[in-house]
Amino acid sequence: MSAETRTPLIRLVKRTEMAKGKVFGIRVASIVIALILGCIPMLLTGTDPISAYGVIIQGSLSRPIYIKQTVKIAIPLLGCALAIAPCFKMRFWNIGAEGQITMGAVAATYFALFWAESVPHVVLLAIMFITAAAAGGLWALIPAFFKARWNTNETLFTLMMNYIAIGIVAWLQGGPWEGRKGSQLIPMFQDSARLPTVLGVHCGWIIVLALVFIMYIYMNRTKQGYEIAVIGDSVNTARYAGMNVGWIIMRTMFISGAISGIVGFMIVSGANFTLYSGVADGVGFTSITVAWLSQLNSFAMIAVSMILAVIEKGANTLQTRLSVPASIADIITGILLFCMLSSEFFINYSLVFRRREKKEAEA
Amino acid sequence: MTTLIALIVAAVTFGTVLMYGTLGEILTEKSGNLNLGVEGIMYMGGAFGLAGAFYYEKAAGELASGPAAISIAILSAFAAGMAASLIYSFLTITLRANQNVTGLALSIFGTGIGQFVGEFMRVSEGGYVALSNNLKESFSATVFPDFMIKIPFIGRILFSHTIFFYIAIVLAVLMYLFLTRTRYGMYLTAVGESPSTSDAAGINITKYKYLATVIGGGISAIGGMVYIMTTAGCVWNHEGLSGVGWLAVALVIFCMWRPLNAIWGSVLFGAMMIMYLRVSVPFIPTELYKILPYIVTVIVLIFTSMRNSRDKQPPASLGENYFREER
Repeated sequence: MSAETRTPLIRLVKRTEMAKGKVFGIRVASIVIALILGCIPMLLTGTDPISAYGVIIQGSLSRPIYIKQTVKIAIPLLGCALAIAPCFKMRFWNIGAEGQITMGAVAATYFALFWAESVPHVVLLAIMFITAAAAGGLWALIPAFFKARWNTNETLFTLMMNYIAIGIVAWLQGGPWEGRKGSQLIPMFQDSARLPTVLGVHCGWIIVLALVFIMYIYMNRTKQGYEIAVIGDSVNTARYAGMNVGWIIMRTMFISGAISGIVGFMIVSGANFTLYSGVADGVGFTSITVAWLSQLNSFAMIAVSMILAVIEKGANTLQTRLSVPASIADIITGILLFCMLSSEFFINYSLVFRRREKKEAEA
Repeated sequence: MTTLIALIVAAVTFGTVLMYGTLGEILTEKSGNLNLGVEGIMYMGGAFGLAGAFYYEKAAGELASGPAAISIAILSAFAAGMAASLIYSFLTITLRANQNVTGLALSIFGTGIGQFVGEFMRVSEGGYVALSNNLKESFSATVFPDFMIKIPFIGRILFSHTIFFYIAIVLAVLMYLFLTRTRYGMYLTAVGESPSTSDAAGINITKYKYLATVIGGGISAIGGMVYIMTTAGCVWNHEGLSGVGWLAVALVIFCMWRPLNAIWGSVLFGAMMIMYLRVSVPFIPTELYKILPYIVTVIVLIFTSMRNSRDKQPPASLGENYFREER
């Protein structure tokens, strides 16, 4: 058998570098394809896709009040994506943000419920902020410790921690923190435990935007950020360079969990004004996709989280106006994620066809 | 005594749902693919299983028979699960996308589709989608004759369950035999442990990963259907179904990736999940029962990593994609 016949029809070659414009083009194309695929469920249920997309845009961006609501959805997504980025950079698959948000929310709620009378407004918010960060960080530290010490699988561990946290809130809701007996609800926060609004949206957006800059600098300009990048590339290299890998894993996870905890604080204190077991509402999971699709770049996360927020807010309007189930938001989000994940392949690899290669060889 | 028997029967009912989800995910993970989309897959299985049975009855009318409805429900759930995990397989195996992220995306997508189909059926059928009582009964009926169920103690514990439970047990045994006694099963295990070694040995990695993931997804989806058709009473109920897929992922760890363990493991998890309805232990709030399965799983996870024994580990390449060019 000659070597020629053994060449497969299509071969993959890893690309070294692609022009920035072309990369951008592929990403935009993948979003367009996703929007086209998103028409399928609408057509199947007899809705005109163009007017449906019109309603989505209108319902999320056409009026200041809608924009405010959309931004409100984007805030936790963005904040949590920022939290996850350092872990994923380190190839530590933290999918426990859901639980870390919840524990942050629990800590904040404790002070909102029991300290609101005795502590002034700003001090109370500061206490809630700090304890939420600490609670989220400590919750994240548990799986990190076992990973560092015994190499326990962190994906599965962090996943389990989510449901333990959610279960704890379900217990608080029906037990010690229950408001009216039998209501299964925790009382609403008093005004002093609520975040003030700035430009119509709770001031969490300022915190999150500040975090965008802080995390960008942390990841790209500090020694700790560099250590994270080295571990992500090769744990062995990091060890040879004398880094204490276990310590760095725990430190990074604490920071990540702390940011998620702060997100939890912003959700209860800025949006819901109470705590219930669904407080994280899938944000911890969705934000993982936000972080990954942004290539772990802080600024790109602003755009991606806004896109997902637009879809979610728009789909609610879609349900009221065209009676399309709001779960269409999840379908379109899913398709969008699939397409953007696929586009990474075409950015990183090029397909080499057998015929073309031969020609190149002759030339 | 009757409480205990009732508890066991209820645990088996919920455990059956988990068993399908877990068996499917075991097969998937054996190939080294950590499919975190089980939650979405089970939603899709539930919605499409219900849709299959419902539209079959609508078409057949009076002639609709129980066994046919059951087979159609199983097949449509299986097909939905296969379609969902085909997306996952294409993205992670062919396009080499990150497994965690793709799995989560599939969870979002699948729960969306399931919800959408369930809602759409409700709206388009004018309010209420439910099977006729005859068909409903055939889904929850047992396959064994009455006198066997009436045997004291063991009668109800062993013979009073739905057909889905017995199919699941057969499936678990078959999967055990496949993985440990056949050449293809060993190849599959080898692929999950060390893709590069298997590749060098001439095993078609892509084929094994695709087949295991797609069939595994189909099996998991049946679990969603079983939930909707037995526990939920043939009505779309997304609240009850939420979290079941994640519990199945936990159970895979608890079972140490062994199909036979899934039989008792799922009944045990089923018991922990429904115990709060039937038994109350003083000093332990009932809500906290529900986190027991997760705590137990965490403990198992910690102990296996501490003891580091070779036969009780996740498949070595779990969660990592295989690129031949990167060897």
